Formats: sequence, C-alpha cells, structure tokens
Amino acid sequence: MPAILNAEGLWIVVIAATTNAACALVGSFLVLRRLSMMGDALSHAVLPGLAAAFILSGSYSIGPLMLGAVAAGLVATLLIHTLHHYARVPGDASMGVVFTSLFALGVVLVEQGIHGVHFDVKCVYEGTLELTPFWTWNVLGYDLPRAFVVTGGALSINALLVALLWKELKLSAFDPALATTMGFSAAAMHYLLMTLVAMTAVASFEAVGSILVVAMLIIPPATAHLLADRLGAMVLLAVFIAALSAVLGYLAGAWLDTNLAGMITVAAAALYGLAVLFSPRHGLVSAARRNWQIALRVVSEDLLAMLYRVEELGGQRRLGAAEAQSALGGGLLARWALAKLLRGGRVERAGDRLELTATGRESARQLVRSHRLWETYLVKHLGLPLDHVHQGAHRTEHYIGRQLRDQLQQEVEANAADPHGREIP
Amino acid sequence: MIALWASVSDARMFPTDVHQRSTTTTGRITPSQTHDHSTMTGLTLSDKVTLGAALLGGAAGVVGSFAVLRRRSLMGDMLAHASLPGVCLAFAITESRNLVGLSIGALVSGLAAITLVTLVTRLTRTKEDAAIGIALSAFFGLGIVLLSAVTRSRAGGNSAGLNSYLLGEPGNMVDSDLWLLSAVGATVLGVVLLLYKEFKLVAFDPQFARSQGWPTLAIDLGMMAAVAVVTIIGLPIVGVILMAAMIILPAATARLWTNRLNVLLAAAGAIGAGSAALGVRLSRGLPTGPTIVLTGTALFLLSLLLAPGRGVLARIVAETQLRLRIGRENLLRSFYELNEPALPGTRLIAYDELRADRHWQPWLLRWLLEQSIRRGLIERRRDSYQLSPLGTRRAAEAAKTHRMWEIYMMEFAGSAADHVDRSADTVEHLLPEGVVAALEQRLAAEGRLPAIAADVPASPHAM
Amino acid sequence: MLPALEIHDMTVAYHRRPVLWDIDLAVPEGKLVGVIGPNGAGKTTLIKAVLGLTPLASGKVEIYGRPYRQQRRLVGYVPQRESVDWDFPVTVRDVVLMGCYGRLGWFRRPGRAERQIADRCLEQVGMTSFARRQISQLSGGQQQRVFLARALAEEAKIYFLDEPFAGVDAATESAIVNLLQSMRHSGKTVFVVHHDLQTVREYFDYVILLNLRLVACGPVAETFTPDNLHKTYGGRLTLLDEVAEAMRQRERAR
Repeated sequence: MPAILNAEGLWIVVIAATTNAACALVGSFLVLRRLSMMGDALSHAVLPGLAAAFILSGSYSIGPLMLGAVAAGLVATLLIHTLHHYARVPGDASMGVVFTSLFALGVVLVEQGIHGVHFDVKCVYEGTLELTPFWTWNVLGYDLPRAFVVTGGALSINALLVALLWKELKLSAFDPALATTMGFSAAAMHYLLMTLVAMTAVASFEAVGSILVVAMLIIPPATAHLLADRLGAMVLLAVFIAALSAVLGYLAGAWLDTNLAGMITVAAAALYGLAVLFSPRHGLVSAARRNWQIALRVVSEDLLAMLYRVEELGGQRRLGAAEAQSALGGGLLARWALAKLLRGGRVERAGDRLELTATGRESARQLVRSHRLWETYLVKHLGLPLDHVHQGAHRTEHYIGRQLRDQLQQEVEANAADPHGREIP
Repeated sequence: MIALWASVSDARMFPTDVHQRSTTTTGRITPSQTHDHSTMTGLTLSDKVTLGAALLGGAAGVVGSFAVLRRRSLMGDMLAHASLPGVCLAFAITESRNLVGLSIGALVSGLAAITLVTLVTRLTRTKEDAAIGIALSAFFGLGIVLLSAVTRSRAGGNSAGLNSYLLGEPGNMVDSDLWLLSAVGATVLGVVLLLYKEFKLVAFDPQFARSQGWPTLAIDLGMMAAVAVVTIIGLPIVGVILMAAMIILPAATARLWTNRLNVLLAAAGAIGAGSAALGVRLSRGLPTGPTIVLTGTALFLLSLLLAPGRGVLARIVAETQLRLRIGRENLLRSFYELNEPALPGTRLIAYDELRADRHWQPWLLRWLLEQSIRRGLIERRRDSYQLSPLGTRRAAEAAKTHRMWEIYMMEFAGSAADHVDRSADTVEHLLPEGVVAALEQRLAAEGRLPAIAADVPASPHAM
Repeated sequence: MLPALEIHDMTVAYHRRPVLWDIDLAVPEGKLVGVIGPNGAGKTTLIKAVLGLTPLASGKVEIYGRPYRQQRRLVGYVPQRESVDWDFPVTVRDVVLMGCYGRLGWFRRPGRAERQIADRCLEQVGMTSFARRQISQLSGGQQQRVFLARALAEEAKIYFLDEPFAGVDAATESAIVNLLQSMRHSGKTVFVVHHDLQTVREYFDYVILLNLRLVACGPVAETFTPDNLHKTYGGRLTLLDEVAEAMRQRERAR
C-alpha cells in the first residue's frame, strides 16, 4: 500500500480523479435520461468485445481493445433497443437479458480463448489502482503512468464532445422527439452517448475496475442533481464531486489500508448521502428545518393575530402567556414562538399579561387584514357558505403577501367589512 | 465474478508468474470433482449440481416472472451486488463459510438496499433507475472494502470461499445445499400458489387493488422478498451477474410463448429448471454458471425466432399476409373502379392501365394477378385482364366495404375513432345496423353504392 | 334518507400545493352524477381522495353515513385506462374476476360463483365473446368495457368512473351511457368524470361542477346553468391559483 503523500500516491489520486471525472461527465446524461442502469449494463457487456479483440489481435494494446469494447457496447445498445421495440420485451428486462448474456459470453471467451495466456487486458474489473503509477509510457519525453494517459484521453474526448454537442445533448436528453424533428437525431445522440460510455468504461477499467466505473457514472451525477437545478451547473458539479470522491476515498483507503476503488465508491456514496440530507433545496434535513420554521412562523403569526383580535374587542382584557400558549396548542412550538416574538420586540410583557408593541400591532393588522380580505373573496367570488370560510382563511392568511393583498383588495372592491360583519383593518 | 478479478489481479501482483492461474475459482467442474461419488443422497457430484441448478432455475423462473411483469427486472442484479457487504460481515462474525449464516447476512444487506432504494425514490428527486444503480455500486464498493479487510485479517489466508460466492462455485454443491434449495424452492412455490390472486392483482393494477383495501405495499414487498431469497440462495452457485440473468431470462422467454399468467409462471419455472440442468450438462470443460446463462440465452433467442404470435417468424408471416390481403383488395377495387362506368358489363383492362391506377410494385402486381386468375376472379387475354362474374361480385363487395368505411371514418366516428381491423370483416358485422343503413343511404344518394347481389349474377362455379 | 356520498371540508394538496379547497357536498342515492370541470380542476383528485388513494389534508368522506374505510365493499372503481399495462398476461375474464377479489379476501380463489358473476358482467357490457382473449388484443373502447365489467363484478352500490369516455368510439360511449343509466335505475349511484359539456344534459341527472373548489352540486336542471358554467370555466380563479402557488413557494424556499 502506497504511502499517503509521495509521488505514487499523488499519481494515484490524479488518475482516480481523471477517471472519475470522465465517467461523471457522460454519466450526467445517463442519469438525466433515466438510463442509469445502461452504465451498469454496458460496463458488463463490453467483456466479449475485449476478449474477442484480444483473441483476434493477440495483443493487449489499447487500440484493438478499445475498438472491440466500443463495438460490443454498440451491439449491446442495438440489441437492447431491438428487443424492446420490436419484440415488446419491457425495457428493463431487455437490458437485463442482453448484458447478462453478453457477460456470460465474455466469461466463456476468456476461459476458452485465452488459455494459459495471462488475460491482462489492462482493463478488467476490480482494478489495480495501487499499481497504476508503475506502468509508464513515455509521452513527449516525460514518463507518465499509462493509466493517466488513457483515462486523460477519455476525459479529453468526453469533454470535447460534450462541449461541442452541448445543446444537442441537452435537447435530446430533455425532449428526444423535439430534438429529432429539429434535425438532431435523438437516436444518433443516443448511440453517441453509449459509445462514449463504453469507451470511458474500458479506458477506466484498468485503473479502477468496473464497479467504480458504474458508481462514478451514476453516483456523482445523482448527487449533483440534488444540488443543482441547471444542467451546466449539474454537470460541472458532478465532475467536481467525482474528483473529490477520488481524493477522499484515496485518503480514507490509504489510512485504513484497504481496497482503494472500493473506498472511493464508498466516499462517493457518502457524499450522496450528505446531499440527500443537507442539500439546501432538496435535502431532508433542510426540508425538516424549513417545516419547523414555517410552523414556527405560522404559530407566532397566529399568536399576534390572536392578541390583535383580543385588543380589537375593546375593553381591558389581555391574554396571559400561559393562556395564549395553550390556545395555540401549547408545547415547544408555542413556547418557542412566544419567546421569538418577545425577543423580536413585537410583543412585550405588561405584568403577567401580553401586550402588542407598535411593530407587532402593525404586522398583526396586516395578517388580520389578509384573513378578512380572503374570507370576503371566498364568499363573494367563489360563493362559499359563510361558515366554511374561516378555516380556509386561517390557513391561507400566512401566505398572502402585500402584492396578493392589494390584488384581493381590488377584487373585493373596497369592502369595509368582512362577511362576518367585522371591519377589515 | 470477484474470483475472476482476483485471479487477474493476483496474477498481476506477481508479474513474473503470469501463467499460474487457478482454474477452480472460476466455477468449472473439474473432472476429479465429477467422479467424486459421495454421501447420503448417493448422487454423483455432477447429478447433484444438475439437480441443484434445476431447483434454483425453477424457483428463479417463478419469482422472476413477477419481477419482469412489475418492471423490476434489474432488482435481482441489484440484490445480488448489494448482498456482498452482508456476506462479508456474516463471514467476519461467524468466522465460517456456513451457507445459512452467509445467506442471512446477504439477505439483510439486500433488504437494506431495497429499503434504501424505496426511501430515496420516495423522498428525493433521484429517480428509481439511478437509486438502483447507486445502491448497487455503493453496497458493492463497501463489500469490496470489507472483503479486503476480512481477507487481510486472516493473514493472507484463503478467501476463496467468499470469492467463489461471487462467481459461483457449483462444484462445491453438497447435500445440505440441495436440501436448502429444495426447501427454498418449495417455500417460494407455496407462497406464490397461496398468494397467486393477490400477486396477480397488485402486479396488474395496484391502484385498483388499493381501492379494494388490499395492503399493496406489503404485497409488493412480499414479491420482492421472494426475489431476494431466491437470488441470495443462488449466489454461491452461479454468482452475482449470472444470478440476475436467471431471474430475467426464463420469464422473458416464457412471456414470448404465452398470454396467461398461470401458464407463464409454470413455463418460466420449467424453462428455468430445464435450461439450468441442460447448462450444467453442456458445461464439460466450460465454466458452469456462464454456460447455464448462455443456454438460457439460446432458448430465449430460439423462442424469439419461433414463438407464435410474438416470435419474429410469426410476425413476418402475419405482416406478409396482411400486405398480400391489402394488395388483393386494392387490386379488386382497381378493377371495380376502372369498370365502374361500364357496369354491369365488364371490359378488358390492360396491364399498364392497372399499374397506373395505383402505386404497385410490379412483382407484387404480377403475382396478385396470377393468384386471382387461379382463383377464377379474372381472366387473361394477352396482356389484358377482365373480371369474371365471381370477380365482379367480389370487386363490388370490396369497393362497398371500402367506401362505407371511408364515410364512417369521416362522418360518424369523429376523432375518437376506435381502431378496428377494417379490412378483416365487412362493415355489416362491426357496426350497429342503424349505422350501416345510414351509410348505405349516403352512398346511394351519391350514386356510389356498388350493386352486389341484384345486378351481378352469382358465380356459376364453386370456389 | 342518508346521502350516498357525503364530503365534509375536504382539502387535498399535492406537494403542499392545494388542488382541492374545502369541498363540501352531499349526493343522494340513485343518481347518475357528472363530475365536470376544466383540465387541472381536480376531478380525478376528487375521486382518488374519496377512494383513499390520495391522502386528505383535512376533512372527511362518508359513504351512507359511515367512513369510507368501513364501507369499502359498497364502492366500485373504474380507473383511467392508461393506468395499467395492457400487455399484461391475463385474459378479459381474469380482469373481470379481479372485481370479486375484494369480497373473497385473502387466499381464497375465485370459484364457480365468481366466474358466473364475471360472465354476467361481461354480458352486460357486451363482451361475452371476448372472455378468453388476452387484453392486449382489445381496442380502446373494448378495454373500457372490460374495466366497467370489472367494476360491476364488485357488486357495489356506488361507482366512480374516471374518464370512461376518453379515447372511446361513439358506439361504445352510447353503450356505456345506456348501461350507466340502467344501473342508476336499479338504485346505484354512479359518479363519472366527464369532459364533454355538450352531452352533460343528455347523460346525467346530477352534476358536480368543480374548479379547484366546488362551484355547484345539484340536479342538472338547476345546477348546470350558464352562470355556474361561467364560474367553473371562466376567469376569477387567478387569485385562488396564485395563493396556492404562494403557499408552495413559501414552503419550498424561505
């Protein structure tokens, strides 16, 4: 196991990051087109292509292998399409039939055709990330790890094609039919994408193995999809997350002295888990926090409105803190809401009673106004019976901002009183 | 699978020793094993393997049918991958290769993966396919990490047990495995028989099932659990990827042959068992797992070619017949329309005139003309043709049907026209009587109603 | 007499955005009821909420005075045709038999009595000769008839049909309407989600006019008026929509 921060270690991180980035770049389009499992399918289906290329060419130079793998990938894509569209086999089943069969064929070819010869296609499976720095090629006078040259090439090709065909890929991912009618054949884009996937998978096998390829095709794009709402941002983020997974996975793997490819996959999955929980817009924790805040706002606004209505009744009666809290259902939420109002200077204590401050009274007035305008609107324009509007308005008042209030004002044409006969403040 | 990878990477770890490779780890039954007579069932190893594979194939075919129908074909693939961390943990805890212990570990992590997929799909914007892919690769990655830890903690000891769990090692089949397989097979079969009605309803129309008060989520989970149990029991025999194939292939093959669910289940079970047994028999010198799958693939392809209804040949035949029938009807209508001014008399019509009337492919027109002559519908004078009395009658019928459909489509059906095979039957059989009468009136009013029985004498000779 | 269906203060929300507001209605027994409204008015949602397929944000549903859960056997359902896979390997009769499953309960198989019911229901929709066909060979109108026969096999008292006339030929439409009317005459209550305003008077004797909220509910003669139609299809709803959108927006992003 390499030390963490020597030259080999750095190379390993660079190679893993390059590989991951190449995968995430094309994977983004797979995930968006709901073809994630094509990544899994193709990375298995290329095996017979690799084996056949090896048997035919008798060598494991990258050219023939790449050719064989891409050919097998295209054959698999075509077969899946044919089974689905012409034999009416459901899409997922045709995928399953094709890739498992091709994989089985590949295993048999490897076993039978490559007897006694070391089937080191420089490509297959679990990957030997740990060893990649030691196989070098001389490129322009520099000794570079072969894996880096190969995956760097894949990354460059992917980046170049994605940049060149950006709008075509975007359109055909979003609306294949429209893309076709506009002259960018969606089928052509599909096969191009699958070619890139097969090519990237094969380029990456040697370094990281097939499972990390599948992981990187799917997990970073899915993570990015949770974080970004625009395609450009999503793709860039996916590439960044993929590279980050390589760094984190390498550090953890080297520290724990365990399989690096597996650890990088785990790192990517962990990042996905974090995004599921904490994505600012789509995360579960963020949503829970938002719910709490909304609930808090609703309760404190209800409290304000309640105090306002009590004031409105005239007389000297004021609510006490405990009384108000229990009227709102009590519990943590009500206590918290009251504390927030007191802190924000919208309510103050007068002895053991609660009193609205000037700012508090103004916001309460707006709320009650929204409530009564809405009630008026419901009765006047939707013809709802009088005894049904309060509940709805009670729920809705918190969401009616100034603009909607003005619109309501116009719709109800300056009624001075709500349908229950109370003044609209 | 890992075994293959491991053997590859092992070889690479020791670059000087490139020719040394273990072959048993790749799941081949070696000759010494096949002659190993053994123990209480009194079966040879190869018989045992055949029997075990058949049991597994049968169970996988039955549970796979529901997975395929429910569009969950890749669930087996995911489950198989996702079981690795459970297997490793079970191995680390029990310190043994006990099949039951490992299977329980596998089942636990497989079910955890299913739960995660369900939760992620419901709670986040990640779609189901991506969720399956994530669970598959993340669990497998974790499994590889655990595997390397387990292997290392045993001081470079033999991890072939775990490795073979991933590519499958049918040659290791022992009596207790057979009993386990039989028990699981019987249980699965029992559950499917008992819950046949419930599974069928939920697989076909879950919403309707819910409106009747069925707990659809629980029934759905039951279907998935059945797949999970069979998948995990099968892992040690055929390995991860190929187990996924055993779930999908028999059901996909059987679906080509039948349109009945009960037949489908029986056929998928039989096909699964048969192809597994046949695969084992064919695998002399070949790795067993892949041979089983390739046997299944061959059966699938054969069915794809030959199955009635859905098979390629059957569809080519049906399509050709349809094209010929349309061609025959078009020819008759051409004759009728070219004759129409002269009716009830008929005249000689030159080949070129016929050809110009429609866009014919010359070979098709020639062939249809020959056929019509043989059927006594037309007569030939050099390169011209004339309708026989029988032909006149048929031509009038064809023209009438066509014209009535035309009007019906335009006037009565509106845009919501039901698609019916309109050349198959005559209008009279398909439409309500009132509509037919109205259509006839319309045609008569336009002077385009072909006269059939009244003016044209019936054919003097029999068909 | 108890109303067949009663809905109190029902609000339904998708992703917190209300799609039905405070619905309140009661329909007496023995009516053929059209559920009418523009696209996106919540017609299908209304049916699904009544059947417990969509959770209620508030309110309750009663069938003959008791909660829906206790009265499930009294309710039959015809979902939209597109909701199932018509390539599924079952025959027409199998599908119709599914209507009896709820009554049979766990484990019991349909027997001769159920098969007789299924055959009778198929006869009622004029599909007897198709009983042994696989469902993928049916046309749209025939599929709809099969679904209707399945609902008949539920032997319910109240039926909910979701767009039974969508993509159906004229002959089937009139056959279905005749059948529904004869069901009404035998005391059943039938709710039909319907689009075509032209045929409302001809088909139904009761209507529910819906557009996010209940516009009107009552006998066709009194309720299906130009004024109510204007309320259902005309403007004036922009604010309702905007408030719903504001609720959704505020809850999504602070």
